[in-house]
Amino acid sequence: MKLIDKSIDKEGQGYVTLVPEEPEDMWHAYNLISEGDYVRSSTVRKVQSESSTGSSTSNRVRTMLTIAVETIDFDTQACMLRLKGKNVEENQYVKMGAYHTLDLEMNRKFRLTKHEWDSVSLERVEMACDPTKSADLAAVIMQDGLAQICLITSSMTIVRAKIEASIPRKRKNFIQQHEKALAKFYDNIIQGILRHIDFDIVKCVIIASPGFVRDQFYEYMFQMAVKTDNKTLLENKSKFMLIHSSTGFKHSLKEILQDPAVVNKISDTKAASEVKALEVFYTTLQCEPDKAFYGKKHVEKANEAQAIETLLISDNLFRCKDVNLRKEYVKLVDSVRENGGDVKIFSSLHISGEQLEQLTGIAAILRFPMPELDEDDESETED
Amino acid sequence: MDYSEDYDGYDDVYGHSVDDDYYISPSNRQFIYNRENSRDQPKIGEFIRTEQDIQEEDESETASDLSDLDKARLESCIEQIKATLGPLCIPRNELVNIIISNNYNIERATNAVLDDSKNLQSEPKEKVPSIKVVASGGKTTTNVTKGFDLSQNKDSIKLNTTPRSQSPASGRGTPIISQSEGTSEETKIIKSKENKIDVETQYKKERGDSKEHLYMVVIGHVDAGKSTLMGHLLYDLGQVNQKTMHKYEQESRKVGKQSFMYAWVLDETGEERNRGITMDVGRSQFETKSKHVTLLDAPGHKDFIPNMISGAGQADVALLVVDATRGEFETGFDFGGQTREHALLVRSLGVTQLAVAINKLDTVSWSKERFDDISQKLKVFLKQAGFREGDVTFVPCSGLTGQNLVDKPTENELLTWYNGPCLLEVIDNFRTPERPVSKPFRLSINDIFKGTGSGFCVSGRVETGSLNVGERVMVCPSRELSMVKSLYIEDLSQTVVFAGDQATVTLSGIEMQNVSIGNVLCDPQNPVQVSAKFQARIVVFNLTIPITKGFSVILHHQSLVEPAVVSKLISQLNRSTGEVVKKHPRFLSNNTSAIVEIQVSRPIALELYSDCKELGRFMLRVGGVTIAAGLITKIIL
Ligand SMILES: Nc1nc2c(ncn2[C@@H]2O[C@H](COP(=O)(O)OP(=O)(O)OP(=O)(O)O)[C@@H](O)[C@H]2O)c(=O)[nH]1
Ligand SMILES: [Mg+2]
Repeated sequence: MKLIDKSIDKEGQGYVTLVPEEPEDMWHAYNLISEGDYVRSSTVRKVQSESSTGSSTSNRVRTMLTIAVETIDFDTQACMLRLKGKNVEENQYVKMGAYHTLDLEMNRKFRLTKHEWDSVSLERVEMACDPTKSADLAAVIMQDGLAQICLITSSMTIVRAKIEASIPRKRKNFIQQHEKALAKFYDNIIQGILRHIDFDIVKCVIIASPGFVRDQFYEYMFQMAVKTDNKTLLENKSKFMLIHSSTGFKHSLKEILQDPAVVNKISDTKAASEVKALEVFYTTLQCEPDKAFYGKKHVEKANEAQAIETLLISDNLFRCKDVNLRKEYVKLVDSVRENGGDVKIFSSLHISGEQLEQLTGIAAILRFPMPELDEDDESETED
Repeated sequence: MDYSEDYDGYDDVYGHSVDDDYYISPSNRQFIYNRENSRDQPKIGEFIRTEQDIQEEDESETASDLSDLDKARLESCIEQIKATLGPLCIPRNELVNIIISNNYNIERATNAVLDDSKNLQSEPKEKVPSIKVVASGGKTTTNVTKGFDLSQNKDSIKLNTTPRSQSPASGRGTPIISQSEGTSEETKIIKSKENKIDVETQYKKERGDSKEHLYMVVIGHVDAGKSTLMGHLLYDLGQVNQKTMHKYEQESRKVGKQSFMYAWVLDETGEERNRGITMDVGRSQFETKSKHVTLLDAPGHKDFIPNMISGAGQADVALLVVDATRGEFETGFDFGGQTREHALLVRSLGVTQLAVAINKLDTVSWSKERFDDISQKLKVFLKQAGFREGDVTFVPCSGLTGQNLVDKPTENELLTWYNGPCLLEVIDNFRTPERPVSKPFRLSINDIFKGTGSGFCVSGRVETGSLNVGERVMVCPSRELSMVKSLYIEDLSQTVVFAGDQATVTLSGIEMQNVSIGNVLCDPQNPVQVSAKFQARIVVFNLTIPITKGFSVILHHQSLVEPAVVSKLISQLNRSTGEVVKKHPRFLSNNTSAIVEIQVSRPIALELYSDCKELGRFMLRVGGVTIAAGLITKIIL
């Protein structure tokens, strides 16, 4: 994301002008824009005009639109962000107060005005505009009959393709059906890789599986590449990496992101560091349960005692509709930092972010044990 | 090496109070259901029996303790048993005890009576063909039996579940334990009663004369020699012809894997042969003196445990193979080795009878010390894992040399200290479990493939009930209907298949891609439940990190493998009493027991454990490790 302009006053009121440059930026924008914000961007409208003779013609014009955002929709697969709201700046084509939708477009600037820019939003702008862009990672996570092609960027894990096939088991004297189905399954994965992985951007493709599936597939893929003289695959052979995972399901991605070979290879470590932070939380819960808590209530109490060493919080919580609730979470983040604690905002699009979301979205590792938290209520997990 | 820690774990899970007859803590007993109901029931009743063994004059007391309803049940049971067995030489008092300890189940009580009298005549216990007793009693006793079968079920709910898990045990379509439901239940009983007469008669007619069919899974650590042992056994029994064996020998030599020539009999894919590792369950069959055995050769490699689970789920009994080579046994037996995990898994899946082949003894020159040492270590562990000492047999052998497989040993070193049965005799001595043929039909799909004709085939174990050619079946969770075109057991065409069979069903009227592994075929009149959410009672094994709300796991339910989330921790239970220790715990750590709610990523076909054991149990795995076993106590729709 490119920052074009920024004007925010002491009270935190003001605007930033940004240009999304890649799909991930849409995700950042999605996390930045809240209901009630003003977004100004150019868009194409159909305009009906009546000529003096009474016949009407319609034509498309590009015009600047500013809306007070009411609904925000994000399509993960297409990385599309669609905003809806009332027009707040009249121009020659659009009336005041009329409802309009605004799709943010790649490489087209937009201006976002907020009544109050809080620390979490400002941090998001900074993160989005960080120029030290990371190497993109692709992963094919598979087991017999199931493969998922995923793209992993610094704040998103997107499943681009899910390939499911029913592979007959081996049967006595009936082995061909098994092997034929396997070959077909592999062919489909190869097609998926070619379609969804842009080797110009992706620096590393991980093939992960239990057993020998990955070796078998890798071998097959390059046999086929030689046979069909597939330049794309052959030229990028060195980008492939074979890693063990216990299953072909998406959540085994966290095993991959913990594999030292992978961690070494990827310069960007946000995804990996989130996995690690959550792992530390769980280990603490196992070994010193009085130093690991989850759920808003417990975490807030721990914060009151200035006990939080690391706060794990899902970005999902900052997207909540309730302005006051969002404020509470921002205050919590600020307060943990003031007290010298570390705050990790998890991307809910990553595998560990998904897990954290299931775990109420908020968790903390404490500096000192607080057994009293455990006792005071048993209703924490009720919702 | 420090084993004590692991033992603690297993202790807590299964072997809470280690005692010959009563080896599982009452609350965990239910996790260890017994496929041989006829043998399991008397055990439950042992509480009662042991007390009453003391005095014979307790008769009146026993009877007066009973409610009117129970008295009536008792009387009709006695009537029926007398009708079945003719005049009895057993004192009424003892008969009453037997009936009560068998929860008024006539079949079981009859078996127990027969067992007793057989024992008196000091006949070997193993020879009692329990299955035939059931069939012969079936015709005359059905009416009452079914009715009581159901109430027996209810009793076992009370016995087996904690108050917490009991209260919600009333999912839709589930028989509810209350009197007000009487009428609807009665109609149900009558319906299935008629069905039962048919099925049991049919079962007796179809299977009465043939050898009993036994399904045996072969398990053990990677490279223990499972495939070699079984391949050699099959060859010795003439199941593999010489020409084929010669071909395997030549070809395996070519790729430098001659030591795997016997394993090739079961390891059939190119990948398996090249790597010398079994990846998916291999199948074959052979005959022993009294049985027709289908053998399932499981992979030992850790990564293929999902396949091993689907194989073990279809087995009646297990053969555990261990490598006696110095250092190798230890690797497999250490924590993290599959000797342990496999044994624990099959036990959790309901297998109670185990033979242990102490293999590769040729590498330690048939040392008796080594054999004894290994047997001793395994005995302790298996007992803690929940196996009865009497149900575990150890046999020395070598799969490679073929020693002590189908014939008495010839090796002098072995002859000096061993004169027990050979492997084939040990297998022959397994008992065949009772088959629940009269329950509603259920088959969980383990494989889908194209047959030779039109339509396509699914195969799997018939968990309960029976299925005839031409019948309609429902595929769940999709609830699509389909028609049974033909039925096969091991490539032999059948007109009907029964509980316990591993059947291949040719389906028509449904698209192949709409059926997947882990789906359940069932009786459309009496379908399984479908849901993505359920409550369960779980026993947590060894964990490296604790289970919290929102914990992602892989659910193994029959052959189904599906991602799931532990969505709620409802309560933590005392492992031995089943009492609630803590409501809404923050987390569950090692060796705890708990009620949790599980959300599966998509709807699955399932049953309450109290309705159908086979479809009411599951395993949870994370990162390639089995972390818990569970029983479904409530289905949330
Ligand atoms: N010396 C000796 N070697 C044996 C014996 N049985 C098996 N082996 C060897 O052990 C190796 C492994 O044998 P397999 O039969 O493939 O073992 P497995 O248990 O089926 O292995 P997985 O299925 O991959 O778990 C082979 O090289 C066999 O030749 C035996 O009795 N004595
Ligand atoms: Mg093998």
